[in-house]
Amino acid sequence: MPSYDVVVIGAGSVGCPSAYFLARRGLKVLMVESRPACGQGQNKAAIGGVRATHSDPAKIQICRQSLDVFSSWKEEHGFDLGWKKGGYCFPVYDERLEQTLKNLVEAQQRYGLNIDWVDADRVKDMVPGIEPRGLRGGTFSPDDGQVSPLLASEGFRRAGVALGVEYRFNEPVTDLVVESSRICAVVTTKARYPAKMVLVAAGAKAKAIGAMAGINLPVTPDSHEAGITAPVAQFIGPLVVDLRPGPEGRTANFYFGQNNEGQIIFCYTPKKPLVGEDRRPTSEFLPIVTRRLLTLLPRLRNMVVRRTWRGLYPMTPDGVPICDRIEGIDGLFVAVGMCGQGFMLGPGIGMNMTSVMLDGHPEIDPDVFASLRYDRSYEAGHEALK
Amino acid sequence: MSGRITHHPILPPTEPATVSFTFDGKTLQARPGEVISSALYAAGIRTFGRHPKDGGPQGIFCANGQCSQCLVIADGRPVKGCMTEVIEGMQVEPCLGLPVLPSEDDPPGATIDHEVEEVDVLIIGAGPAGISASVELARAGLSVLLVDDKAELGGKLSLQTHAFFGSIRACHAGTRGINLTGKLAADLPSLPNVRTWLKTTAIGAFVDGTVGLVRDKTYVLVRPRALLVAAGAREKSLSFPGADLPGIYGAGAFQTLVNRDQVRAADRLFIVGGGNVGLIAGYHALQAGIDVVGLVEALPKIGGYKVHLDKLRRLGVPIWTSHTILRAEGNEELERVVVAECDNRFQPVPGTERIFEVDTLLIAVGLSPVNELSAMAREAGITLYEAGDSAQIAEASAAIFSGRIAGRTIATDLGNPMPVPQQWERTGAVLRSRPGKQFPLDLTEPDQPIFPVLSCVEEIPCNPCTQVCPLGSISIPDGSITSRPVFSGSCLACGRCVSICPGLAIRIVMPGTSPDRALVMLPWEFDEVAPGDEVTTVDMEGNEVGIGRVQAMRRRDDQNGRAMLLLDVPKSERMVVAGFRLQAPEEGRPLDEADESSETDDDPIVCRCERVRKSEIVAAIRSGITDYNVLKAVTRASMGGCGGKTCRELVMRIFREEGVEPRDVVPATIRPLTTEIRLDLLAGLADDEEPKS
Repeated sequence: MPSYDVVVIGAGSVGCPSAYFLARRGLKVLMVESRPACGQGQNKAAIGGVRATHSDPAKIQICRQSLDVFSSWKEEHGFDLGWKKGGYCFPVYDERLEQTLKNLVEAQQRYGLNIDWVDADRVKDMVPGIEPRGLRGGTFSPDDGQVSPLLASEGFRRAGVALGVEYRFNEPVTDLVVESSRICAVVTTKARYPAKMVLVAAGAKAKAIGAMAGINLPVTPDSHEAGITAPVAQFIGPLVVDLRPGPEGRTANFYFGQNNEGQIIFCYTPKKPLVGEDRRPTSEFLPIVTRRLLTLLPRLRNMVVRRTWRGLYPMTPDGVPICDRIEGIDGLFVAVGMCGQGFMLGPGIGMNMTSVMLDGHPEIDPDVFASLRYDRSYEAGHEALK
Repeated sequence: MSGRITHHPILPPTEPATVSFTFDGKTLQARPGEVISSALYAAGIRTFGRHPKDGGPQGIFCANGQCSQCLVIADGRPVKGCMTEVIEGMQVEPCLGLPVLPSEDDPPGATIDHEVEEVDVLIIGAGPAGISASVELARAGLSVLLVDDKAELGGKLSLQTHAFFGSIRACHAGTRGINLTGKLAADLPSLPNVRTWLKTTAIGAFVDGTVGLVRDKTYVLVRPRALLVAAGAREKSLSFPGADLPGIYGAGAFQTLVNRDQVRAADRLFIVGGGNVGLIAGYHALQAGIDVVGLVEALPKIGGYKVHLDKLRRLGVPIWTSHTILRAEGNEELERVVVAECDNRFQPVPGTERIFEVDTLLIAVGLSPVNELSAMAREAGITLYEAGDSAQIAEASAAIFSGRIAGRTIATDLGNPMPVPQQWERTGAVLRSRPGKQFPLDLTEPDQPIFPVLSCVEEIPCNPCTQVCPLGSISIPDGSITSRPVFSGSCLACGRCVSICPGLAIRIVMPGTSPDRALVMLPWEFDEVAPGDEVTTVDMEGNEVGIGRVQAMRRRDDQNGRAMLLLDVPKSERMVVAGFRLQAPEEGRPLDEADESSETDDDPIVCRCERVRKSEIVAAIRSGITDYNVLKAVTRASMGGCGGKTCRELVMRIFREEGVEPRDVVPATIRPLTTEIRLDLLAGLADDEEPKS
């Protein structure tokens, strides 16, 4: 059995771009995945929104890198990921939120984010038909956009294959072999793969994988449900996030956008997290989300829902991802606990972890990246904009 | 090809078209309650729009609300033409590319909240299986909610103008499909614990054990103790160059147009597939005044009942066995089909191509169970049963038994024991059986002046002739319903056996006007002849015999909707004459010359909704994809309006052609919804009837 420079565990939102970036540095990379293909876990449940519009500095910088990767992919690789540069818009209907977001915009601008407060008319132009009563304006970040997660994992796979990345599907990992405080192999149901380094990108299964190396990765999945309509002619530019809690008492924020195909893709954040790995459809999702959608944008009444699904958010206690080398086990690295933002963070995480693994430091400011370290208190802080 | 059927030999007359609407600026008329697609077909319009991907012409395909190829813009709203009733003054426009969403920006009205409905048994599908099950369940004292997405009970029975097989006692054999529903559902009104919701679509099953139903304009959640899916079957499709042209669709869609809506949807029709569905559709076409130019079947032998085949052959329809469709041609709409002989590996034999001028091609290559909801219910942990075609594809008579058995099984499982008679299982199995052996026709002349000739030479489950003879002269010696009946005794020439035989395989021979003439009493389900007419007589299988003359035609209410026709023939031909040609042989002749000016792309469309061509799927498979979900992502095949219901089997066939066995393909994930549903219905906001601006 040949030895690999890196074995990446998990061919999902984080693993796929990570394998690609590692191989781009000339490493011999093996990807092991329990499912039959790339992106078949939570990756394809993502709605595909990619924004650098966060309040957390690390997420801002990492997602800016992701946006660079997604937006230039077609030009660089000749494969269309369904990229649509429509920006993100957070429409605002109440004074307090207006103040919060305006303050945040200033901070975001300081981190180099292209974002501004725009007035109600501008919001109405970007989201034609949006409920005008009480609309105060909103934030708009034009460089954000949308990508097809289905195509993205395939795009990263193709690029990975071209660089010699090997893929082993249908191979759940059963053990991580650590000898003399050093990772030396990954064992799956089918084989044992010697490796100099291992990157755990196992998403919702991170906790179980971590336990194989004797580390506690505090990742617990909860779930969000999403849906998609039949396509109509493009009319909404940005992905729209309504931060208000729903009047039905069940939802926190909700968001939707029109993808490159013209379909409206939509999702809400449950007020009370649905903890667990159950991905079966709930009966409350459609009535609740359609009411929220039609209340904000009544003209959607004439659209038809085509399909719904439920995906897992691998949550950490403080809602911040864990991207780090593991102290005490040489060669073991983790990029887990993306808290539902793995798709937009993935390429940026892949770039930074590649740098951490090979150069000993991330691409972005190490002090900022340090907020993602494994050895932290995990006390829930305050992230103004999750 | 255009117009309506103004007089149908079997179906009752319809209301005149008095509802005015416009399409693309032209004023047209629809019948009250008629759907847009049928009204357009009646006006000769077959192209309803253009596909956003490549501008390909779009029109009717499923006529059943399952795909979205009949999308039109009605009063500004994108709607499925086959599911949307025309209203007076409606302005319909073709859907050119992606529809533009109308600016209906007024805020929604008050929302309606519903409690979850609790019921013992929810039955999806009010066809023969669903109705039969609900009757049994109600008798067991359980509460039943019977739902169907159509406006009336009966499922596909309401499209079937022909008589069904089986036995009279067990399943009303001899009754036409259109009349069978009434008999099966006769007890429903007296069973108060059965509620029936029509125009109700089941869209998904959820983790809390509920099933989501869109009932007309309301969304309702129902939590059953048991769910019975009796949703029937859908037609399989075929992929060949030109298969996407308007004018090519399934036999079920055709029956919807012709038998439900009485639209004369074609002038010249061709059929692919010699199972019962294709054969019956051909017969229905002739009854609608449509020429049936031919039927191809790739197998060397027709798979449907011989009596159905013989009906077509007698009327003059050429049947091409060991032939396959090569391509369809036409400028924007179907104009010609090219067929060829095929070898035993179904490969076309070069040099055997034949071209037929037709405007419509029906695909009748088999049925698949409608089982998406079953898969969701299973995943949701709902106690699930299946009956009828959803469980196993078979005739309606078998579905009746399947439904009855399912009803009693569920009742027993839910604690209200209802034993299933052993005989039911046997009868159900017999009714599901494929046609058995064929025997040569016995032409021994009985030693008496009047006698029936039973051209029933194939073992099929059917025996009504033995149950109607007032003298008891027709019987099945071994008592088995699949064995052939024989005549012994005497005959009154009452014609009851002639009028009830579903296969039109019985005629009565009697003395003629002179010693060398004979009269043959035939069943006749057309209008085209009158007493005095000379006709070209044929034998049971359609081979020409000679000339006969129509002596008399008797129409009476007790003849199962048939006319009894007395044909005067030479006595020497009396044993063999079984009918006469309706359609002239020229109608079925191929063109002499191959027209090389074909516009058809050789690379066939496989996924019609997303217009994905075969080459794209082959390329994806050759790139190493064995996960159907990845194939969907990369090619968009199965990502469209029908959710892969049409192309999934075609894609699996391409996997196999490319050397990937189906068991090695990761199946596509099936998730809600079973069909596309408007957002305002799900939100409970469908309070506006008229579009607002």
